[in-house]
Amino acid sequence: MTAYLIRRILATIPLALGVVLVVTISFDLIPGDPAALMLGEFATPEAVAELRTSLGLDASLPVRYVNYVIDITQGDLGLSLRERRPVTDILVETFPYTFQLAFAAITLVLLVGLPLGLLAASRPGSWIDNVIRVTSLAGLSMPVFWTGIVFMVIFSVNLRWLPVSGTGTWRHLILPAVTLALPSIAVIARMTRSTVLEVLQEDFVRTARAKGVANRSLLYKHTLRNALIPVVTVLGLQLGQMLGGAVLTETVFAWPGVGRLTVFAIFNRDFVLMQGLVLVLAMLYVFVNLLVDLSYGLIDPRVRYQ
Amino acid sequence: MTVDATTTTRSTRNDVWRRFRRNHLGVVGALIVMVLVIAAIFAPLLAPKDPAEQDLRARRTAPNAEYVLGADEFGRDILSRLIYGARASLTVAVSSVAIGLLLGSLLGSLAGYVGGWLDGLIMRLMDLFLAFPYLLLAIIIVSALGAGTFNTILAIAVWTIPAFARVARSAVLQIKERDFVTAALSLGAKEARIMGVHLLPNFAATLVVYASLYLAYAILMESALSFLGLGVQPPTASWAGMIASGRNYVTSAPHIATIPGIAIALAVLGFNLLGDGLRDALDPRSGKR
Repeated sequence: MTAYLIRRILATIPLALGVVLVVTISFDLIPGDPAALMLGEFATPEAVAELRTSLGLDASLPVRYVNYVIDITQGDLGLSLRERRPVTDILVETFPYTFQLAFAAITLVLLVGLPLGLLAASRPGSWIDNVIRVTSLAGLSMPVFWTGIVFMVIFSVNLRWLPVSGTGTWRHLILPAVTLALPSIAVIARMTRSTVLEVLQEDFVRTARAKGVANRSLLYKHTLRNALIPVVTVLGLQLGQMLGGAVLTETVFAWPGVGRLTVFAIFNRDFVLMQGLVLVLAMLYVFVNLLVDLSYGLIDPRVRYQ
Repeated sequence: MTVDATTTTRSTRNDVWRRFRRNHLGVVGALIVMVLVIAAIFAPLLAPKDPAEQDLRARRTAPNAEYVLGADEFGRDILSRLIYGARASLTVAVSSVAIGLLLGSLLGSLAGYVGGWLDGLIMRLMDLFLAFPYLLLAIIIVSALGAGTFNTILAIAVWTIPAFARVARSAVLQIKERDFVTAALSLGAKEARIMGVHLLPNFAATLVVYASLYLAYAILMESALSFLGLGVQPPTASWAGMIASGRNYVTSAPHIATIPGIAIALAVLGFNLLGDGLRDALDPRSGKR
């Protein structure tokens, strides 16, 4: 187990180096001089040149890449071009908001998506199964930013039950969390339904049924645990996407997390902030996937890590 | 011999078609997709008004007899803009999935067929793409290359490549060792011919299903990028662009931002239903589940 863990963590290092390389190259392509951006439009060419040198921007791409990697290992993600503060500080301030939103959403996904999938699987072909299948497909098909706006129109503008946007109380969290959770609820309901139906076809379930185990106990005790591994895999992917993919939800509801920060960084051409954001988000995504792999052993004791 | 071979293909094709027709949801999906394609191709004939024409007296009017779905903040007809928007969305989705499918299956079958270090290199590269949350990767590419329709197509295409590469690779690995490939090789067939004539048709079915589902994702991705202002640029009519600008009027004229979303949801639903239906029809075992 420990050996497996160490190997898995070591395996993320080349991936991280690759991510940094992709990020460095793609931001090299963006037109515009970060030093000129930092100093504003009235800067003298000499001052810009001086800043370029001190920021290390004159160096060649490989040198800048190596320098960036060294800085990262020391926890230094550089200075934001617009806010002139360490990127690390900005990330530490904004990440809690995104975590809050993502965990509220993933809780909703577990509480709603999983039971819906089970319900559909317990009566395949029935009207309730069809309703769940069609609505979950519809839920998958709606663009997140649009559902957010529709919720806003219904619950904030017309009914005046919930605040339009911003943060502060738990009531601010409801609409963004539901909006973010909706497509994932649909994914998990579909996934749970199909894996449970698959497990129900297996021999050990037939044996249990022949031995007279009640339907309810068959579904919850014998089947659910065996169906959980693919469901957890997808759940982890969804959480990873939420951490980096809350861009749309946060933009619609003016939620001050990393998603909105990403949009801010792009439109202000704050490359340094963008680099840091992309790096941290991609690594977080990889980390969540590692946690998912480790959870297999908890769900299914037969799983061995080698 | 030849006669036999054709009759078998024909009958399986008939089977697929029969199974697909029986699946009502799949047929609904196919119909939605057909309506979309017709709207996109014949937009100038179908649109009641010029999508760019501004009628200042009609600004933000709710749906009525003249403006069936209302008018936007510049007094442009929303129905006409929706019809033209189908053009923008389908252009981006179809081109990006076509590029992704082509490059992805090329890379994947190359990796699977050649194997060795090339396989390792290609698949590690694909893993690298998958290390990014999907919207983030598209955002990085578009912000590096610049906003616009063409770059949006590229960004979505890059994101679809790994999926098609994996499908193609595993299909090639499965088929590579089969007898008919060995037979063709021993008869002196060129490798390129083997890939084109013997391998491609064997995973074409899987690719069609994937393509349909990825068209759905591609429409969602295009709308996300256009909503953020990075995708299709105004004044070109795009569904998500309409939502983005209508957002400022949610209190006074909510129809501007809400109606185009229905078009996006229907389009995505259409491709999802079509993809599900095709999968069930092509693989009868999955249909029973």
